[in-house]
Amino acid sequence: MKRENDVRSSAAFSPASAAASLVRRFADAARKYRAEWWILLAGALIIVLIGTMTVFPGLFTRFDPMDQEAGGQMEAPSRTHPMGTDNLSRDVWARMVYGSQTILGVAIAAALLSALIGIPLGLLSGFAGGAFDKVLSLVMDSVYSFPGLILAIAFASMLGPGVVNITLSVSVVYIPTYFRLVRGQTLSIKEEVYVEAARALGARRAAILARYVLPNIVATIVVVFSMNVADAIMTEAALSYIGLGLPAGIPDWGMDLSMGKKFLPSGIWWMITFPGLMIMLLALGFTMLGEGLAEILNPRLLEK
Amino acid sequence: MRHLLSYLITRLLMAIPMVFILLSLVFVVLRVMPGDPVSSMLGGHAPEEVIERKKAELGLNKPIAIQYVEYLGKLLRLDLGDSMIFTERVSAPILDKLPATLELTVCGLLVSLGLGVPLGAFAARRRRSGRDYGIRLYANAVYCIPVYWMGLMLQLVFGVWLGWVPISGRTGPRMSSSAFSRTGFYLIDTLLTGDIQAFGDVFLHLLLPAFTLGVTLSGIFVRLTRANMLDVLKSDYILAARARGLPERRVVYDHGLRNALIPVVTMLGLQFSLLLAGAILTETTFSWPGMGRLLLERIYLRDYPTIQGIIVVYALFVSLVSLLVDLLYAAIDPRVRL
Repeated sequence: MKRENDVRSSAAFSPASAAASLVRRFADAARKYRAEWWILLAGALIIVLIGTMTVFPGLFTRFDPMDQEAGGQMEAPSRTHPMGTDNLSRDVWARMVYGSQTILGVAIAAALLSALIGIPLGLLSGFAGGAFDKVLSLVMDSVYSFPGLILAIAFASMLGPGVVNITLSVSVVYIPTYFRLVRGQTLSIKEEVYVEAARALGARRAAILARYVLPNIVATIVVVFSMNVADAIMTEAALSYIGLGLPAGIPDWGMDLSMGKKFLPSGIWWMITFPGLMIMLLALGFTMLGEGLAEILNPRLLEK
Repeated sequence: MRHLLSYLITRLLMAIPMVFILLSLVFVVLRVMPGDPVSSMLGGHAPEEVIERKKAELGLNKPIAIQYVEYLGKLLRLDLGDSMIFTERVSAPILDKLPATLELTVCGLLVSLGLGVPLGAFAARRRRSGRDYGIRLYANAVYCIPVYWMGLMLQLVFGVWLGWVPISGRTGPRMSSSAFSRTGFYLIDTLLTGDIQAFGDVFLHLLLPAFTLGVTLSGIFVRLTRANMLDVLKSDYILAARARGLPERRVVYDHGLRNALIPVVTMLGLQFSLLLAGAILTETTFSWPGMGRLLLERIYLRDYPTIQGIIVVYALFVSLVSLLVDLLYAAIDPRVRL
């Protein structure tokens, strides 16, 4: 608790001192929160592993995800095809490897987009107050309380299939998450003495926001971003599972799952087992990273 | 009592903007985007004048603002309008499918609470023990399991391999529909008619979907209950209870859990919206004839009024549940009403 106060009261932030304090907090935390540290590491490991797959798919498989002559039709897992082949004789493992590009790309881009829209709006709304704040909060709260997936379905169906469109549809859902978080924190930080001091010294609004408010909420944003990517992964996969995601030419885990569903009654287990496992693993990676970070950066966050 | 009434009215008025905002969003985006019900109905090769005539008939050639005001006017009279694709009221298919979704959602919620609350309470009692970490791992893992994947795997194991339960629909093929015409909630209907065989059939069909939905959401309840229990267990009255020498089990589960559940109840509103989203995916996986499948079906047909109607009903539902939850909270905790 005391350490957090120290960080806040050293009001004028420089990137170097912020980084140094982060590193210090991590080092302390590593000693104090052993289990959380392991959770964080496990999450990071999963992300790095799947991330490597995304960047260097050739290292992981020699098959092309679209090759319809990779093997026989719906072959059970074997030495050549560790995850079997699908109904179009394509190698399932190759589709997992290349499919990671789609889901990881869409989820991270969508989360970034939500953050880029939600954070400035939240800062503005919390700082400006008044009618602007009231109206914007109402809109954001409405969207927030509505089932996100249904909203994403509505948008995706209207925009049509495509990588950009699905990214937009997913990002719409999470703008309020950042907005509400940032607005709330801005409201409380605004009242801090050092902000008042800065204002008394004649600092401009933009300067106050950038130098005093934003640095104080970075840690929270990092945590929420990580959790958000996990949610975005699930939403992207869900959209493509119900057939609203991507055109057929792009390997995608959610789409593979919906294809496997058709052959489930004949007991073709490998077509549904592996895509789902991959979605879960990737989402778990980001959740664990987020949870580990949360406990380490701010132990109170998750308990509230 | 009067306070509660004025609180109720304020809360009701607060629900209106939410429905209104969501509706406006969907209304405008639906009409701005390419594609329209007339082309999807007549196919791409219909002559221009036929398309125009049909559009005029449906009022689609008017400016969006006018269409919007007309629609709102109808909505105020609780009229969701007519479908653009089928000759039916929008309310007809919605009323037909709503009970199916509700039955699934409520059963899912029960499974979710039944698993999540005890696990969360237990984990809090044994904080930082191996079992605590195990339960937290479970909570995180099930939260990351896609609902539909869980559904598919359960179908594979219990439906295809073991053959214990059916994997799609609400009833078996030979069940007569006369047993299901009273409320639309098949569990209740079959009990009302006293048809035990049909009840068993309905129950078996409901088992996997409800379990799927419930388990995937139980992780959230584990986390909520655990976090609140940790707070409660630190409080003075728990210390007092311990000091009086009550058995630990009673302290934790009687005194602690009861108070820890209040914040869990207040979060039910938000969980309910997750539940509805999960229900759409569960319905798709289990061919469950509910609102979610209706929505997807009508989206492909671009049946605007029905899509809007479904969104309105979902939004009303979410508001209604959060209203109920708030009322419940106000009834428990008088400070809320100030």
